[in-house]
Formats: sequence, C-alpha cells, structure tokens
Amino acid sequence: MRTIQVAEVTQNIAQMCIEANHFLSQDMRNAMKAAAGTEKSPLGRQVLGQLQENMDIAGTDRIPICQDTGMAVVFLDIGQEVHFEGGLLEEAVNEGVRQGYREGYLRKSVVKDPIRRENTGDNTPAVIHARMVAGDKVTITVAPKGFGSENMSRVFMLKPADGIEGVKEAVLRAVQEAGPNACPPMVVGVGIGGTFEKCALMAKRALARPVDQRSDIPYVRELEQELLQGINCSGIGPGGLGGSTTALAVNIDTYPTHIAGLPVAVNICCHVNRHAVREI
Amino acid sequence: MERHIRVPFQGKEAATLQAGDFVYLTGTIYTARDAAHKRMYDMLQENGFSQRGLPLDLENNVIYYMGPSPARPGRAIGSAGPTTASRMDKYAPVLLDLGLKGMIGKGRRNQAVKEAVVRNGAVYFAAIGGAGALLSRAIQSSEVIAYDDLGTEAIRRLEVKEFPVIVVMDCCGNDLYETAVEEYRIPI
Repeated sequence: MRTIQVAEVTQNIAQMCIEANHFLSQDMRNAMKAAAGTEKSPLGRQVLGQLQENMDIAGTDRIPICQDTGMAVVFLDIGQEVHFEGGLLEEAVNEGVRQGYREGYLRKSVVKDPIRRENTGDNTPAVIHARMVAGDKVTITVAPKGFGSENMSRVFMLKPADGIEGVKEAVLRAVQEAGPNACPPMVVGVGIGGTFEKCALMAKRALARPVDQRSDIPYVRELEQELLQGINCSGIGPGGLGGSTTALAVNIDTYPTHIAGLPVAVNICCHVNRHAVREI
Repeated sequence: MERHIRVPFQGKEAATLQAGDFVYLTGTIYTARDAAHKRMYDMLQENGFSQRGLPLDLENNVIYYMGPSPARPGRAIGSAGPTTASRMDKYAPVLLDLGLKGMIGKGRRNQAVKEAVVRNGAVYFAAIGGAGALLSRAIQSSEVIAYDDLGTEAIRRLEVKEFPVIVVMDCCGNDLYETAVEEYRIPI
C-alpha cells in the first residue's frame, strides 16, 4: 500500500490546468505544422499559420491559447494499491482546478446550475472520471474542454444492422454539422460500443490519445484513416473558410456491446486539443 | 480585397464590404455574448423595442461575440477570440433592426440573421476561432460598461487597432462559409 497526500493531487492539477491552457502537446504542434504544408487553400494556409503564431504568443506572453479555457475534465487512473490521505480526493481535484484557474488567469466558464446559470466564479466543479488500475501510481490527465466544439458533439444509438457504414455516416454527419462552429481543424474522438454513457466517455478519452498514434486494432486503424480522409474531403477547411484540412486526426476507441446495439459517440474537439498528463 | 476600416462605421460603409474581404478594424467595438444578449433582449421586450435603456448605442456599431480570459496585471485583456455566433441568432435580428451594423464571431448563422444583415446593410465578420492570444494583441484597452456581475460575459468597450476579421456575410446575401467550402469539397 502506498500513501499519497491529496495535497499532492491538488498541486499537480493546479499546475496542469495552467500548463494545458498555455502549451499544446508536441503531437498537436507537429500535426498543425504538417497541415500547413499540405493545405490546398491559400486562405487555409494563412489560417493555419496564424494558429501556429497564436500558439507561440500564448507560450511567450503566458496568455491562454484560447479564451475558452474550458470546463476541466480530469481523468484519474488510480492504482489499487494507493491509499489517499489528508482529505477527500474529489475536493482535492476541485481545489486544484480552483487554484490553477485563479493563478493562471484562466477564464471561469462554469455555471452552478444548467438552467439558472449563475457562474461559480472559480471554474469548479471539474468533471472527474476515475477508474481503478493495477499498481501503486496515479495517472492524472487534465483536459480542459471548450464548448464551441463540445456543443457539436453527438451520440448515435445505431442498430447492429447499420454496421461500419452506419458508423462512417454518423461520424461524417457530426463533422459536417459542426463545420465552422467547432473551430477546425478539429480532432475527432469516437467511441464505438459499450452503452450510451460508455461510448461518450470513450470518445472523450480518445481525444487525449496523441494524434500521431493509431489504434492497435487493424480494422479500427483503417477506419480512422478512411474517416480522416473523408472528413478532409468535406471542404470545410481551417476556420471553416474552405480547404483540405478539416481534421488533424480521428481517434477511435471500441468496447464490447450488447447484442441489440451499436452505440457511437462523436466528441469533437477544436484545434486547441488540450491535455496534460502526469504520473504521481 | 483588403480593407482598413474605422469603427463605428461611417455612413453606409458596412454595405460596401463583400464576403471574403480581409478587414482590419480600428476604433471602438463592444463585447456581448449569451447572457448579455439575453439581458438586453429581455429589456427590449419590456420597453417595446426602444433603444432607450440599452447599455450601448447600437447605431453603426459592431458587437464582438467574445468573453475574454482575465487580464494579467499590466495587460489590456486576456485571451480574446470569438465565440460561436449561432447562439446569438435569436437576438441578432432585433439588434440589427435597431441600428447594429456589424457582428464578429465564428460559425454559421441562421436565415433570419442573414435576412436582417441584408435588410439593414450590415455585415457578419468571422475572427479566427481559437486564436485568442493572437487577437488580444490588436486590443489596446478594455473597459466593462455594463452587467459587471456577469463576469466574463459583461459588456465591454474595446479600443482595437487593426483587428483582423474576414467578411462571412455581406449585405448582398453572400455567405463565405457556403461558397468557400464548395470550392474545396470533393464528392465521395
């Protein structure tokens, strides 16, 4: 049994909120640079150039890449030999978000109630997804999610008879409807299988997978590539102003499902696909 | 075409802009997003759609759909990119009919907004979504003028210099999102 003080979780999450909002991971930066080299539209190339410049300014001026610094989605993969001390884990996570958003000059975008809509003032609560894993470590992923793209995400409860063609159609439809609203070039996270909520969670987790890492399952890998190609034929382009780069990657995760169902979730992320990962 | 324009607009200048134009705005613009629009709209409904009582003069002005991140000490503003404009579609036609001449946001608008743009010789600009750090450099000052309690959603007066936008909808009914996408679409 290993003991971890929850204060350590707080401290890490505070730093990770700031880091994720100021710096994109290397795989995202590489993908953006590569896209600027292959984009067919001159205006599209200009937009991609400005997005790279924007990232540079964010880093040097210590200003968030995007003003929508998101709702903090926090994944905790907790080794089952870990014991937490010093308070409640959920409160420790929220305290980390509270500190990070205050100290990092990040926008407070969370309302207390979905109908009454009063701002909580500190960007809490986070959306926390914890799962038990083997070992005595905790892997924390902080993925602040902006809502321009979140609003364009979809869940489709397909029938088994719809098959892989149905999945393709669903993903392409979601991207088509998202268009310029989701701040392309997008990253498209897809969850196939499981239940209604499981496929949505898989789609969210898939967004945190590096964009240069394809699925281990051969047919899923092919599907990721085929869908990316299809999406980039849509013409939507960078900023939605036309072009051949509508998405940088399609990341798909799958899970066993029920004999009667084929759930598909499409979680769309803008080009500011943020995630910071640490193991403690 | 590249245009450098002072805002608020002078005369019918907004009506001279065409979808696809690169425009650099210099002067004064105002921010408002979901909550501020709802509040202004509720006020207009209460007073019979008269401008009186609104926190800003709409005539020839431009509203930027934006809620910034907090400014670090010594800075005019934090990150300051556009939010999705379609959420303001419910409110925009009324504001355009009352004299608003320009909107800056990102994403598609509905038919009612398109018609109001045409009817009023107005314009819908897109700023590049997710480029909030870059766009903040064109904002020289920011002052909350109303609805301070809304935090990031308060109405702000911004002084901008060469603020870069692209005309998406012009007063002839053109929509760049439709035409530009068609040019690069490959049927599959």
